[in-house]
Amino acid sequence: MAIQILMPALSPTMEEGTLAKWLVKEGDVITSGDMLAEIETDKATMELEAVDEGIMGKILVPEGTENVAINTPIAVILEEGEDAGDIEDVAASPVTEATPAQEPEAAPAPAPATVAAPVIEILSDPDLPEGTTTQRLSVREALRDAMAEEMRRDGNVFLMGEEVAQYEGAYKVSQGLLAEFGDKRVIDTPITEYGFTGLGIGAAFAGLRPIIEFMTFNFAMQAIDHIVNSAAKTRYMSGGQISCPIVFRGPNGAAARVGAQHSQNYASWYSHVPGLKVIAPYTAADAKGLLKAAIRDDNPVVFLENELLYGEAFDVPDIEDYLLPIGKARVTRAGGDVTLVAYSIAVGVALEAAGLLAAEGIEAEVIDLRTIRPLDMETVIASVQKTNRCVMVEEGWPQSGVGAEISARLMTEAFDWLDAPVARVTNADVPMPYAANLEALALVSPEAVAKAAKAVCYRG
Amino acid sequence: MPTVASFEVSYLQYLDENSQAVNDLPDFAKDTNLLTGLYKDMLFARTLDYRAMSLQRMGKMGTYPGTLGQEAVGVGSGSCLGDDDVLVPYYRGSNTMIQHGVKPHELLLYWGGDERGSDFKNPRVRQDFPIAVPIATQCLHAAGVATAMKARGQTGRAVLTEIGEGGTSEGEFYEALNVAGVWNLPLVCVINNNQWAISVPAEMQTACETFAQKGIAAGIESLQVDGNDVIAVKDAVGRAMEKARSGGGPTLIEAICYRLCDHTTADDASRYDDPEAREEAWAKEPLKRLGDYLVNLGAVTKKQLEEFEVEAKEAVEKEVEIYFDTILNNPQPVGAMFDYLYAELPEKTKAQREEVIARDLRAREGG
Repeated sequence: MAIQILMPALSPTMEEGTLAKWLVKEGDVITSGDMLAEIETDKATMELEAVDEGIMGKILVPEGTENVAINTPIAVILEEGEDAGDIEDVAASPVTEATPAQEPEAAPAPAPATVAAPVIEILSDPDLPEGTTTQRLSVREALRDAMAEEMRRDGNVFLMGEEVAQYEGAYKVSQGLLAEFGDKRVIDTPITEYGFTGLGIGAAFAGLRPIIEFMTFNFAMQAIDHIVNSAAKTRYMSGGQISCPIVFRGPNGAAARVGAQHSQNYASWYSHVPGLKVIAPYTAADAKGLLKAAIRDDNPVVFLENELLYGEAFDVPDIEDYLLPIGKARVTRAGGDVTLVAYSIAVGVALEAAGLLAAEGIEAEVIDLRTIRPLDMETVIASVQKTNRCVMVEEGWPQSGVGAEISARLMTEAFDWLDAPVARVTNADVPMPYAANLEALALVSPEAVAKAAKAVCYRG
Repeated sequence: MPTVASFEVSYLQYLDENSQAVNDLPDFAKDTNLLTGLYKDMLFARTLDYRAMSLQRMGKMGTYPGTLGQEAVGVGSGSCLGDDDVLVPYYRGSNTMIQHGVKPHELLLYWGGDERGSDFKNPRVRQDFPIAVPIATQCLHAAGVATAMKARGQTGRAVLTEIGEGGTSEGEFYEALNVAGVWNLPLVCVINNNQWAISVPAEMQTACETFAQKGIAAGIESLQVDGNDVIAVKDAVGRAMEKARSGGGPTLIEAICYRLCDHTTADDASRYDDPEAREEAWAKEPLKRLGDYLVNLGAVTKKQLEEFEVEAKEAVEKEVEIYFDTILNNPQPVGAMFDYLYAELPEKTKAQREEVIARDLRAREGG
């Protein structure tokens, strides 16, 4: 039987790619290990190797095709004894069941078919002027635009980090910046996280406005002494003489299959520190508006992005100089039965959970914190006064997490409004497992959130 | 096998331990008035140091790291700073700071626990950094300031930073030198090799023959000077600063001296220091070195040196008076606990600030 070759996922975050070049033509004999094609992703160009032996029967996707989704059939290989007549009429569409069947028995039951693909609707900021048009941008593009706009506006702003210039960012967030601003303002550093963090802080002390990119926030652990002891405290310890207008940004939290040391959420670590501001946006609009605000802020700002969100597209208001206030949460979905509080990628989980709950007649209000420090408890409390129930959704460890802070503050500031104890749904309290099945189990899931929400509503 | 790289480290000394000139003196050192000024500055440093120790022992000041025996390193380096240069000091950098224009009472305030001591009032040092107590963090800050100067195309400016020989074991010392080398930054780093990192002697800190050669690995000019010879320190740092200001890049200078005091007021060096080595070091110390030279030259008399001591004591007491006046009559207002936390205080912090101010007012009215 003819063998389909599917568009491969060449990196954990790849969703689509360009079929740059076929290295074989129809009729060629293929042996295992042969290079079949060149695939370009946002990160790299890689070669696709043949797994099976046979004859290249038909090329389904011509070279040069862009935006080919992973798992799309791109060619058919004929096995011995087969001919062109055996090529089935394969539609060039993603094959969803191609994901490995590794679902563990303990995995949460799939959602009912009626809500299998929840339509996630995100309320926009209430302050937007009537009739504001939007454009569809990925979080990656929104972050890039924010940096480019601020760099055009203020010559003191510059970007520094590993691979930010020539390579345009390990996750391609700084695309086009080197070309526009040159190597004096888009600076590749030696491999020295502690080094360029301390150096950036020194430059900020001297009046520049550095944006320090960490390839991931996991690497920033090398530099956390500078972030906490130098950046956050020097204004205080110099009696106000020295300010530190700097942004530390990069992906935070779990990606997919990157293991225990590369899957950590640092939101609560940094939010512990007076002197820092901590931002963790979910949508592209928030990423843009808040990064611009962070760059203009006169304080050190830790700006936590998420690798899995980089490629996600959202509506971004077509407003010149789109700035959002730091320290304001947003009601992302209105509902009167239970409040789900989340930030970063967990907002998506909460919204999916809200979809599941809606199917059972429970209307959840979803709050996107957006800023972790200073924390906008006003918005959370206003919602809890309406719903009297709260579930904190956090893609991170439970102990001393942001959810612990929300719970404590609700208990002291909104005790009389609560009809149930605040519940927290978090990742498992273990280093992130590398095994795909265990990783899926360790991560916060919409089903677990829905279950917790029903529990605080005393249902189900 | 062919040799692909080799290096040497030079040692600079003008006055030997017998106060004899062993080299042709640099031009500035031919001016005995200037040398007398340096002597007086070192004497002031030593007098202030003794007084700071006594203030701590009286419970009037917090922990203080002494500079006894290291006056030439601080005074010599600090005297090379110009109006537009930036000093990024370490915790034993009081004398360098004072040379650049920080007021001695500001340092007493700082070590007395008052943040206003780091809000330097002299316009000449507004861009200088507060003391860095964490070990070696200042090296990267200094490289950052130098990067900012370079990014803005500012020539004629350079950054001076200091570190102890123990601090050079921190990775970030090397990270800073590496970046300074590869980006050709206007940076001068002075290692105050006073032989001790608390109780760890220099020979247990590194297997290198010199601390200066650590800069060779970063590709920057590195040399050693006699840190008890203020002429050598001033000459080496002065030339390095001038090179940095004119785009010639960074320099690492290891100044060799001896810590004649405890590590800080919280330490007791007699438990680990070798009494013989300390006695030897006293024979080489910087004030005696320059004082004897000036007396031998006939530039000053022994009687004048004694008068200088009286003057220094009076000058120090004036600073101590300002310090006491500030902490007793003008203590930090309670709101200051929050004032410098953010450029603009977040609402919750603002509310906390107002609450503590109101509480303080009530307590005072009630009392």
